[in-house]
Amino acid sequence: MPIDLQPDPDFLAPAVDRSADAKWVLNFGPQHPATHTTIHLMLQLDGEVVTGCVPHIGYLHSGFEKQGEVLNWNQYVVITDRMNYISPVANNMAWHHAAEKLFGIDVPPRCKYIRSLMCELARIFDHLLCVGAVSLDVGAFTGFTWAFEERETINDLFELACGQRFHTSYSRLGGLMYDLPDEFWPLLDRLLDRLPRILGDFEGLLTRNRIFIERTKGIGEIGTERAINWALSGPVARASGVRRDLRKDEPYFAYPELDFKVPVADGGDCYARFLVRMEEIRQSTALLHQIKEQIPAGPVNVPLTFGVTLPPKEQVYGSIEGLIAHFELVMTNRGFRAPIGESYGANETANGELGFYLVSDGKPCAYRARCRPPSFVHLAVFPELIVGHQISDVVAVLGSLNIIAAELDR
Amino acid sequence: MPQPLEQSGSPPPAERPWESYAPVVTLRERFGDIAFDPRDTVVRGRAVGTVTVTVPADRLIEVMTFLKNELPSPARFDMLAELTCVDYLTFPGLKPARFGVTYGLLSTAANQRMWIKVFVGEDRLNVPSATGLWASANWFEREVFDMFGIQFDGHPDLRRILTAPGMQFFPLRKDYPVTGRGERESLAVIRREDA
Repeated sequence: MPIDLQPDPDFLAPAVDRSADAKWVLNFGPQHPATHTTIHLMLQLDGEVVTGCVPHIGYLHSGFEKQGEVLNWNQYVVITDRMNYISPVANNMAWHHAAEKLFGIDVPPRCKYIRSLMCELARIFDHLLCVGAVSLDVGAFTGFTWAFEERETINDLFELACGQRFHTSYSRLGGLMYDLPDEFWPLLDRLLDRLPRILGDFEGLLTRNRIFIERTKGIGEIGTERAINWALSGPVARASGVRRDLRKDEPYFAYPELDFKVPVADGGDCYARFLVRMEEIRQSTALLHQIKEQIPAGPVNVPLTFGVTLPPKEQVYGSIEGLIAHFELVMTNRGFRAPIGESYGANETANGELGFYLVSDGKPCAYRARCRPPSFVHLAVFPELIVGHQISDVVAVLGSLNIIAAELDR
Repeated sequence: MPQPLEQSGSPPPAERPWESYAPVVTLRERFGDIAFDPRDTVVRGRAVGTVTVTVPADRLIEVMTFLKNELPSPARFDMLAELTCVDYLTFPGLKPARFGVTYGLLSTAANQRMWIKVFVGEDRLNVPSATGLWASANWFEREVFDMFGIQFDGHPDLRRILTAPGMQFFPLRKDYPVTGRGERESLAVIRREDA
């Protein structure tokens, strides 16, 4: 049985039609450098103008939600690393934020601050790649290399915090893998020193650059009402004038105690999305300064009485209570004692609202671990954004939506 | 097996904050004939804030149209932020039917969320499509169709989105195994000469 991609019946124009107004079809992807990941776009073209688009996704579908039903609340954090791999640590935090909502756990203040710190580092990490990649796609290679240089420092910070540069798996139910080491703070200072300079370089290179503006301004426009109707979130929605940021609207972690502004633009095009992302990096930098000043001392894990965290090894090997507490979590016929119920928890990640709809039947694993990925919602609107523009604008729009196929397909 | 920490069951009326949740009250005033059965998960004496109402499939569009277009302005649920489905096949306790299609509505102006569940059984897997109200329902519904086989009546383009077009089964159903030889083995191999 041949695979039928099932486009609209009148979508594919006959190849023999060589008349002046004939439409033709271009397969953009699944392997194409500018899709960054594996997405297949069927573009219907009139000359160079896109007149129709059918996205085919699912090339990276790996059953993450099914895996969520057999891995326990801590094991699954490894899978969340592989969702949006541009800012994996933010996914870790989002997963455990949702899980702790279901468990009714409030993490200690120091843990909240460290989690906020990690989320903001991830936001800078993600936005740097996004604006760098957009500049690469529209022809400014230099911006891309600058962005990657700063990303290296953030990678080093992740390595110091959790031993992994990329797939961090940093959070645990009711806390974190480790507290931050002392060497973390001087390196963070170095990053904070360098970030304003690199942002200034970016602005100098791109913000008033005529080629960049012509490639992005007025491209892929979407207005406020349509953005809400399409359920867009994050920088893409805020660039269309939607005043919504979960850090302000549904506060979590340490954000209620921190002072920051939410940038909103009303252009709704690729250029507005670029500007919003640049300003978000600035706001995240300010947040990092505040977190560094205000972070309280204390434990990073909830007390053992919650029954979700492993005791320290001295207690495990030095006392019978510690050994019991350890075994109660790790033995195969024991495990987490989750409440029966359903809950939804969402974080404002760099791409938008990353939510988890969790259903628990009291077993150590989730009964259903639904992930609401921002990329999936954002790619759905892509055909509307691109129709009427040219082939070369496809890469600008895709880049500005920051589509991550691993998160899209899960 | 470990015992669950706490049953979420049904606490006394004084401890049911969702009964006085404004959208629930408005819904009850407008649709006196639907039982709605509002509920939320209560953990450690606190509601988690996922207020869910149950609506029969044939009244769904009527209720959603009211929530989206007819509520007074700031409280209107203008965004369908989430749409998913849960297969309650092995869930403990009695459920109205096997599949619970779950809609997560959001009012951006009032910053309120509301969850709607539609239960459908295996005998009739049809739910009316919400694509006429929210554009975002399009891909959400395609994903639920792909993973659970729910038929959304009136959807303009209901076909599989994440799995291969030749798939016969619905992978997120509870009776679909996690391990074993999957359908990949039985999918057709396309060679260059007969493509």
